[in-house]
Amino acid sequence: MTDIHKTIEAVWKIESTRLIAAIARVTHDIGIAEELAQDALITALELWPEEGIPANPAAWLMTAAKRRAIDSLRRGQMLVQKHEEITRELEFQQQQLADAMDRALDQVIDDDVLRLIFTACHPVLAVEGRVALTLRLICGLNTAEIARAFLVPEKTLGQRIFRAKKTLSEAHVPFETPRGDELRKRVASVLSVVYLIFNEGYTATSGEEWMRAALCDEARRLGRMLVQLLPGESEVHALLALMELNASRTMARRGSNGEAVLLKDQDRSLWDHAQIQRGMSALEHAQKLGGGAGNYALQAAIVACHTRARTTEETDWQRIVLLYDALLQISYDRLSPSPIVALNRAVAVGMAQGPAAGLDALDAIATPGADSPLACYHLLPSVRGDLLMKMGRFTEAREEIQRAVAMTQNLREQELLTERLKQIEKALTAAAL
Amino acid sequence: MPQYLINGYLPDDFDPSTMDEAAGARIHALNQEMIAAGVRKFACGLGASKSLRLQSDGEVLITDGPYLEAKEHIGGFWILECADMDEALAWARKGIVATQGQGELREIFFMPAPEEGTE
Repeated sequence: MTDIHKTIEAVWKIESTRLIAAIARVTHDIGIAEELAQDALITALELWPEEGIPANPAAWLMTAAKRRAIDSLRRGQMLVQKHEEITRELEFQQQQLADAMDRALDQVIDDDVLRLIFTACHPVLAVEGRVALTLRLICGLNTAEIARAFLVPEKTLGQRIFRAKKTLSEAHVPFETPRGDELRKRVASVLSVVYLIFNEGYTATSGEEWMRAALCDEARRLGRMLVQLLPGESEVHALLALMELNASRTMARRGSNGEAVLLKDQDRSLWDHAQIQRGMSALEHAQKLGGGAGNYALQAAIVACHTRARTTEETDWQRIVLLYDALLQISYDRLSPSPIVALNRAVAVGMAQGPAAGLDALDAIATPGADSPLACYHLLPSVRGDLLMKMGRFTEAREEIQRAVAMTQNLREQELLTERLKQIEKALTAAAL
Repeated sequence: MPQYLINGYLPDDFDPSTMDEAAGARIHALNQEMIAAGVRKFACGLGASKSLRLQSDGEVLITDGPYLEAKEHIGGFWILECADMDEALAWARKGIVATQGQGELREIFFMPAPEEGTE
């Protein structure tokens, strides 16, 4: 790619969201809006290398999109405002459209971007569709980049986006910000999409390293945008806090050979303290807004306990157990008890009250049935093995860790578990002597 | 995510009263846009400078005006958090258009603070 194309791509990345949002206000259809914006980009890619980048690229792109829109209208392919305008002169329609688009960019207000986010994350869409649309429309990533991040063929991802846009259009999803009770529910949907994007980058077990880092960055950026757009929503602040605090450990999570480093073994001086501070102040903000007991706020508070501690031993595990209790309660209230939260709670109990108490807490989680998400979750035997090991029950511990090894596909996890097996073997040999 | 400094230069004889309303509105709009895009970490304008110079007798000499003779001085700056230099350049481009001036873009490298690097 030449320099000018890189420049155009960068300009596109920072202008496209507002451009698409502004066009969508006129077309009421984010699919059409995105196509028009893309057409404008193609025109820019043809002309800018010759003419240079215009002083106001957004306005230039909008003009190009407007021309395209009028062309489509002329060809009768565009259904914009069909009902109101159908009896009027086409020329009048064109003038209307042109005026509307001229106005749209002048008054791009943050609300347009917010509407765009709410529409892209609309519950009518499958979750994967929401994620793809959000990355495409709000983060300005192209199909190839998104496909690479999620390890799916570009064609599959393209179809996913196409289907999502079609669904929105067929369901006549209005381009608007929900109000009242609906707002809270829809905010939850947006936040879950953002957190999913973050986690895909943060915990994904395969894929290109830099692309995954980019997903974390995009998610945090989305979080910051949302804080700006919805300053009164405590969970929005809490999610940003959770992402900042988790991301602050990025440098410490990988060893020099790329191997995973567990929290207890991390070099805490590698944690990003500026980021921790940002996360802490976002969490405080969420708590001030009265959202301390929210789902994301509790998770952020747990991570905050870890970041405050200088060592694993100094960690306030009692408080972490209480926070997990509250999280579990939320999941029960939602009638979707989370076995993962229960598992993490058992780990915290083990740290706070000793391995025997931890094992009790673990056993209290019903033995997973074959259809339970925990049935093939390697962390269950892995945690149990750890607790047994601490209790000196090495033979049982070995069995559990061996089960865990068989369950995980992740090479790094396997390495960690194999390392632990060696420790157990050593302990067993020592006991036999 | 890396952070970038975009500073804008003003002529040494810059008279703030010559700045028209439109310029103020443009800069304000750009700031809003940067905030909405989640990239803006900090922005400010700078007042007149005083120079400080340690003299051979150990005294610190303080004078009005910039330390170095120059036709321009830094009038203000943005600190942005961007994905990469390309994106930072795209924002800097907008900054220069909005301020109708000239400027400079640099990546900011962070040194760990003392209490972080002692272990």
